[in-house]
Amino acid sequence: MMAEEDWLGVEAAVSASEDEGAEEDDERRHQQLLEAVSSLSGQKRRKLAERTEASVQVSEFNVSCKGAGEKLVLSELLQPIKAKSALSRVKKELNRVKQKKAVELPLSKEEAERVVREAAYVRTSKDVGKWQQVVLQNRRAEQLVFPMKQELVAVAPLEQVVSAWKARTPLEQEIFGLLHKTQQPITDPLLTPQEKASLQAMSLEEARQRRAELQKARVLQSYYEAKARREKKIKSKKYHRVLKKSKKRKALKEFELLQKSDPEAALAKLEELEQLRMEERMSLKHQNKGKWARSRAIMAKYDLEARKAMQEQLAKNKELMQKVRVELPEEEPGDMPAEDLVSESVPTVPVDASGANPWMLGKPSSPAKEPEVQEEIQIVTEPAVAESKEEMSEEEMSEEEALLQDFEQKRHMRRQQAASPELRGADKTEVVSELPEDISIDPICTEEQVSVGIEQPPQAQEEVLLLEQQSRMQTMEDIEALASEEHAEEQEIPVATGTEKRVPQQEGGKAEDRQAKKPKAKKKRIISLQAVLGGKSQEIQCPSLPVAVEEEEGGIDQRGVITEAFAGDDVVADFRREKRKAEQAGKPQPVNLVLPGWGEWGGTGLKPSKKKMKRFLLKLPPAPPRKDQHLPHVIMSEQRNIHAAAHQVSELPFPFEKHQQFERSIRTPMGPTWNTQRAFQKLTAPRIVTRAGHIIQPISAENVPSLAAAASSGAKAALELAPKQREQLSRPPHPRKRAR
Amino acid sequence: MRVKVLSRNPDDYVRETKLDLQRVPRNYDPVLHPFEVPREYTRALNATKLERVFAKPFLSSLDGHRDGVNCMAKHPKSLSTVLSGACDGEVKIWNLTKRQCIRTLQAHEGFVRGMCARFCGTSFFTVGDDKTVKQWKMESPEYGEEEEPIHTILGKTVYTGIDHHWKEAVFATCGHQVDIWDEQRTSPMCSLTWGFDSISSVKFNPIETYLLGSCASDRNIVLYDIRQSTPLKKVILKMRTNTLCWNPMEAFIFTAANEDYNLYTFDMRFLASPVMVHMDHVSAVLDVDYSPTGKEFVSASFDKSIRIFPVDKGHSREIYHTKRMQHVITVKWTSDNKYILCGSDEMNIRLWKANASEKLGVLAPREKAAMNYNQKLKEKFQYHPQIKRIARHRHLPKSIFCQVKEQRIMKEARRRKEQNRRKHSKPGSVPFVSEKKKHIVAVVK
Repeated sequence: MMAEEDWLGVEAAVSASEDEGAEEDDERRHQQLLEAVSSLSGQKRRKLAERTEASVQVSEFNVSCKGAGEKLVLSELLQPIKAKSALSRVKKELNRVKQKKAVELPLSKEEAERVVREAAYVRTSKDVGKWQQVVLQNRRAEQLVFPMKQELVAVAPLEQVVSAWKARTPLEQEIFGLLHKTQQPITDPLLTPQEKASLQAMSLEEARQRRAELQKARVLQSYYEAKARREKKIKSKKYHRVLKKSKKRKALKEFELLQKSDPEAALAKLEELEQLRMEERMSLKHQNKGKWARSRAIMAKYDLEARKAMQEQLAKNKELMQKVRVELPEEEPGDMPAEDLVSESVPTVPVDASGANPWMLGKPSSPAKEPEVQEEIQIVTEPAVAESKEEMSEEEMSEEEALLQDFEQKRHMRRQQAASPELRGADKTEVVSELPEDISIDPICTEEQVSVGIEQPPQAQEEVLLLEQQSRMQTMEDIEALASEEHAEEQEIPVATGTEKRVPQQEGGKAEDRQAKKPKAKKKRIISLQAVLGGKSQEIQCPSLPVAVEEEEGGIDQRGVITEAFAGDDVVADFRREKRKAEQAGKPQPVNLVLPGWGEWGGTGLKPSKKKMKRFLLKLPPAPPRKDQHLPHVIMSEQRNIHAAAHQVSELPFPFEKHQQFERSIRTPMGPTWNTQRAFQKLTAPRIVTRAGHIIQPISAENVPSLAAAASSGAKAALELAPKQREQLSRPPHPRKRAR
Repeated sequence: MRVKVLSRNPDDYVRETKLDLQRVPRNYDPVLHPFEVPREYTRALNATKLERVFAKPFLSSLDGHRDGVNCMAKHPKSLSTVLSGACDGEVKIWNLTKRQCIRTLQAHEGFVRGMCARFCGTSFFTVGDDKTVKQWKMESPEYGEEEEPIHTILGKTVYTGIDHHWKEAVFATCGHQVDIWDEQRTSPMCSLTWGFDSISSVKFNPIETYLLGSCASDRNIVLYDIRQSTPLKKVILKMRTNTLCWNPMEAFIFTAANEDYNLYTFDMRFLASPVMVHMDHVSAVLDVDYSPTGKEFVSASFDKSIRIFPVDKGHSREIYHTKRMQHVITVKWTSDNKYILCGSDEMNIRLWKANASEKLGVLAPREKAAMNYNQKLKEKFQYHPQIKRIARHRHLPKSIFCQVKEQRIMKEARRRKEQNRRKHSKPGSVPFVSEKKKHIVAVVK
């Protein structure tokens, strides 16, 4: 090192001398020359630097400062020693120094610490950040159960316990013996071999199916039993008669079928039928000895109707007395009309007997069929009349079925009335007001309605009508009476169709005595109904289809289109109506304090006296004038209740974003009154569950599965790192290195 | 002839034992049970009122200390044991079930500044004004044996606090610097300093156990990492922080009890502003402790009351005070989440219920169901004004009541002044500073 410095000093001196003025140049050249000459001799010569002049800057290496401003170029310096092998070591060193960059100043202690801190902080917060998910999850959790690490209750398997245990006492041994004898399972399989075998015999699916079948059969059986019992209980003779007839007819039909398929069986059946007919003949039912027949006989003298009825019955009698022919089923009266009815009441069938679709024509298909339709109406509307007819003659199939249905309906009605006696009064008036509209609007529909009620075709469009009919049925009894009277009057009016004539005549006779009993008040309704019927006949004539065409023919202008488009919503009128409604609602209602039956007789159908009503119906003073009285376009609600407002939430609370959300949260009840036990428990599960007497440890990475793996490696590093770090910190900062 | 009789399956209505409740078939058709909301509202109102009626949180006071209670420690393994140190250097160990002192020892001369139990529960450490750290056995000495510490470490300066590592045989003390000690050695493993100040409290993070938090008297909170033996970050608040407590369920959350009557919950990753500022105390907050569920914490204050705060709420849900309770120095939440212990100036330790109206003891299933239902109802209708009013109402001692009022007036005045200043200066020159940012002076890296 020392040598190196010396040498450096020499060079520095040489360079400094160069720096002298121009005069010195000569001198220097001379010197160089000398040197060159001396170098030729090959001797190493070292020349001490000498200070020629006092200088301001004194170098510590004893160097004059002549060339201080100039830069040294290393290569220049090295030139002379290029060939010298003795200085190669120095040269290498210098090269190395040249390549190395100057080391920067080390940071101050504070700065260094800060850097360390910052790095540590970043690392630590990253480490801690792995808990983020866990923390969020726990914060959002519906329920947290503490302590989080549950001690596992070790349950020893049954086999182990059993194998460890041995029967020792005689009782135990005996029991064990018994168990083994019956092959009771002791350990895992819970089924005995027998049970297993039975299970294998029938699969679960099969068993289930079979069980379902059995169940169904049982249900059906009980249902039919119940039905039979119910029917047996019905007291009405007529019902049973009708039932019997229908059964008979059914039997005939079957017989017909049987005839085609199996003639021998049919013969046997025929004999049976003959037997039946004979029995009927013997029963004397259609001779004029019955109660009704006798009364008719008395009336016959004065009444054309009665005479006619009697004659009819006699004819029937005769018919019965005749010997039966083999073609009995074909001649069955009422067959044809029934068919006709079907064809008519189902107008959608294109291939009709008459060849015309009633819907397409817009009127009943033919006048010849009209009376039957009429009859049907009568059947539905006035069963009393139908009753009389029933007694008089054999009826058509459809009629009987209608009757059956009628009975059902009547019963149904009775039940309904029992349920809501107060409803009836209101309904009566309603129907009277509704009826004319109904019928006048679409008489075909009403007709259809009736026939639909009987036939019940499965068409959706007609089902709606069916429903309508149901509502009408409630007031059937009212109409019943009306219709009979109407027919009585109809009788006086000359009726065009001959076939129709017979029926009203019969009815008229029956209805006459009733008419006397009817209160005068009902007279009006009769008239209204008549008007309806009158209207109906007119309406029938007008075609229903061309109506739409007519509308299209009217000119289509812009205004028309708009009005048509917004035909439904008349906003102004709606608003007015709404306001009127609000006003009405705001008016104080009279308070009814009448106690029926208090101080006078009470009961169903009795009304409290007018005097009482007057006394106890309190009229409240009129409400103060409304605030929007003079504001035609405003409705101001006056419903805010101050007392209730004290309990109501005025502002939307924080976590909710919309008032609907909040309302929904309030609206759903949580209590056991509204929820099942299970739902209640679920709804009221507490957010945090702790167990008394259990220490809750802080959460640890081992408890959290997602962190368990990371934690094990991280913990190990914790203390290993510490000593190394400490060492680093305690070491003194690096010594300063000189750059130059 | 068949006679019809009603037949029912006895399983549907017969009880198995006579202790069972009669089964009542119910129809849940909503039409049959109208007015759900009004009825539930009434129930909620009643539940709230009953909660206030039954709110009797004070259980007992443990007296026996002859000077103010300065510090307390929970036993990590036993719920019924609690340790307390007093200002006269006396340490007492209490049995909570018997509510008796089971052991007394003179640990230090002068204050017992801090104490902590070892994680295994076999021994505990105390530091005192006599510049010593002492380790004691948890069991009382045998008959005839002297009451002596296992180890005594003589320090150069006064230690003001101590905390034990949660998993290893390492503890930390604080005073002029934070020292990390190995239990086996008499000199600290390392000393952590960052500037010169007296550090009042040091706490280990219970989850990430290498983390350490301390608060110093020059108003700052410093976090350390003992893995790298280096401080991490320092946050300087407006006023001094007395102590801090880490959340036992959320690794990066801690709460600091400050002199400025507030508590600040910080996320250690974002120290620039606290997550939540909890205000309600009317004097310096001296101690804070988290509930073991990490959902709430309790704070002790110089205003002679303790308050319970939900972690995510700015205001307390409960305040406990008694006439005789003076400045509360220390408070602990027991590790079964049921009780709170507070030690105060007037030499008593008080035992409170954590949930004021909770019924102690075994609950029948129906009682439990009713309790849960009531709780949910209260939650559901908590925003309704009447219920809110009843649930919030607390009787306060006159001093606190007046001070609360005063605080409110002061706060309002400050707000008004700021408003006025803003009104009369160039727009934007008086910025809006959120409450959270207001109390932070700086974060030092």
